[in-house]
Amino acid sequence: MKKSDSYEEFIKGIWRDNPVFVQVLGMCPMLAVTNSAINAVAMGMATFFVLVGSSFLVSSFRNWIPKQVRISCFIIIIATFVTVADYTLLALVPKVHKELGAFIPLIVANCMILGRQEAFSSRYPVRLAVMDAIGMAGGFLLALFSLGAIREILGDGALFGIKLFGENFEPWVIMILPPGGFLTLGVILLFFNWFKFKKDEFLAEVAEAERGGG
Amino acid sequence: MNTGANAAAPSSLRLILTLAIAGLISGIAIIGIYESTLPTITANKARELREAVFKVLPGVSQMQQFVWRGDQLIAAEDLQKDEEAVYGGYDENGEFVGYAIPGAGPGFQDTIGLLFGFTPEQQLVLGMEVLESRETPGLGDKIYKDADFVGSFSKLSIDPEIVAVKKGTTSQPNEIDAITGATISSKAVVRIINKTHSDWIQRLPPPGSEPPLRQDAGDGS
Amino acid sequence: MDNLTWIFISALLVNNFVLTYFLGLCPFLGVSNSLETSARLGLATTFVMLVTAVCAWVLNTYVLIHAPYLRLICFIVVIASTVQFIEMLIRKLSPALFRAMGIFLPLITTNCAILGLAIFATNRGYGFVEGIVYALGAGIGFTLALVLLAGLREESELSDIPALIKGTAMNLIIAGILSMAFMGFAGLFSSA
Repeated sequence: MKKSDSYEEFIKGIWRDNPVFVQVLGMCPMLAVTNSAINAVAMGMATFFVLVGSSFLVSSFRNWIPKQVRISCFIIIIATFVTVADYTLLALVPKVHKELGAFIPLIVANCMILGRQEAFSSRYPVRLAVMDAIGMAGGFLLALFSLGAIREILGDGALFGIKLFGENFEPWVIMILPPGGFLTLGVILLFFNWFKFKKDEFLAEVAEAERGGG
Repeated sequence: MNTGANAAAPSSLRLILTLAIAGLISGIAIIGIYESTLPTITANKARELREAVFKVLPGVSQMQQFVWRGDQLIAAEDLQKDEEAVYGGYDENGEFVGYAIPGAGPGFQDTIGLLFGFTPEQQLVLGMEVLESRETPGLGDKIYKDADFVGSFSKLSIDPEIVAVKKGTTSQPNEIDAITGATISSKAVVRIINKTHSDWIQRLPPPGSEPPLRQDAGDGS
Repeated sequence: MDNLTWIFISALLVNNFVLTYFLGLCPFLGVSNSLETSARLGLATTFVMLVTAVCAWVLNTYVLIHAPYLRLICFIVVIASTVQFIEMLIRKLSPALFRAMGIFLPLITTNCAILGLAIFATNRGYGFVEGIVYALGAGIGFTLALVLLAGLREESELSDIPALIKGTAMNLIIAGILSMAFMGFAGLFSSA
């Protein structure tokens, strides 16, 4: 029972409640850096670190933090993790840091992270909170990667900088420019909508059939 | 701490204390990571700059920073805010080769930052390297991806200034081919170099009287 | 002077905060269903951006040169408290102005466009006047994008659109087309 609980928390973030494709959260830092797969993955990893770290801390100290100052405490915790991620990236991978630039500090303003602290970590025990954070951050990473990969493949004919097509491929440059970000996410959301529509239709049919049979 | 007991209505002292403790721990964590990554970050930046300087000044193996301070050009290791600097390049024997001058200006999309090598004696540009730009991928980014364009900034006369002309029509030593499909970006590069050059030309000492390499400056490694 | 024009136009059109940096998307997609609300939110954002630019300049000049690593935390704390203080001030001094934009002020503080403005202005090393001009351009640019989208959405309410596309997906695609249109402003300054 317990086991299935934490598994449930984990899987809901990856698919059913995917922060980007279903809840449409945390888009500010997301669209800007998904012009290549490597940037998207770096941003996803940084967000993963920040979300899991702050969920762990918030959940551990949830009984010590008074309700009145909880938001300020959450923001201080998140900002600390973001600063740590910022300096670590700058020291380890200066090239990627240069590409992401000002968008790493902006992880602070990612509404998904503060939202998880308020809605989940501050109410549940550490194990569940961390599983929830891993699921959500994993879903976020997955979403960033798919956007980055689609945009890089179409816009540059490459994935992680490795050319996929021959010389004759004419890159669809608009995809790595800002409009491509809006269009790609729009089309993916369309796909998720369609999936949900089909599922609802299917469920309705099943219910209909059951009623008819009984 | 007496947790939980007065959770219903915590005193303002407790609120302030919680925030103060959170701030303190966060401050310690941030200073810790800053101090531990600072040497690597400084070394990375110095290496990047050195590589760029050596790239735009062929044959250079040592460098010295010069800062425009108090209306004169002095050799200095530090750089204050709002101060401008150039980098003198010297060959193995410590002989002066030229200056590497950083410049920036509006490009097609956003600011282009670049570094170019310049020898005052012959009024020649020796090399150019784009340090930062957000030019259109596949078009404007040719200003640093197109080897022909970057290569044409080698031994290019800047007397009185560089002129970008239509591809294949260069006839003078100070003319350069603009990139087809990226005319605006390539002209922006030329304009930035011309402007930076005219800003600095009065500040640099007359050719032949360049300051020698300071012994303690080392090879910058 | 020339430099200031470039900063203004760049922030307003060429590098519009919403359409090329994707900043402030939450209000962009959430609030932009009516023209009037959008215009008021835009006005309030421009105002907060101006306050932010001043705060960022003061912090950068007097505090952060001694402790650059505290940048992020300082920006968040100082901007949030200054905006809260101004909100109280407006409520006292001008109830009419408060009704027009007051309710948005606390919302805006957590908007990434605000933090983005402070960070971009710092990274580019803008001085006081440059910072103000940059904030003005960014704020008006934000309002422009918001109002444009709201106008298009109000129109689309009246047309027959498949239920599948309605909502965020369609708004994103409209935003993509707007963003493409704004690309036409690139090169405005360098071609002169």
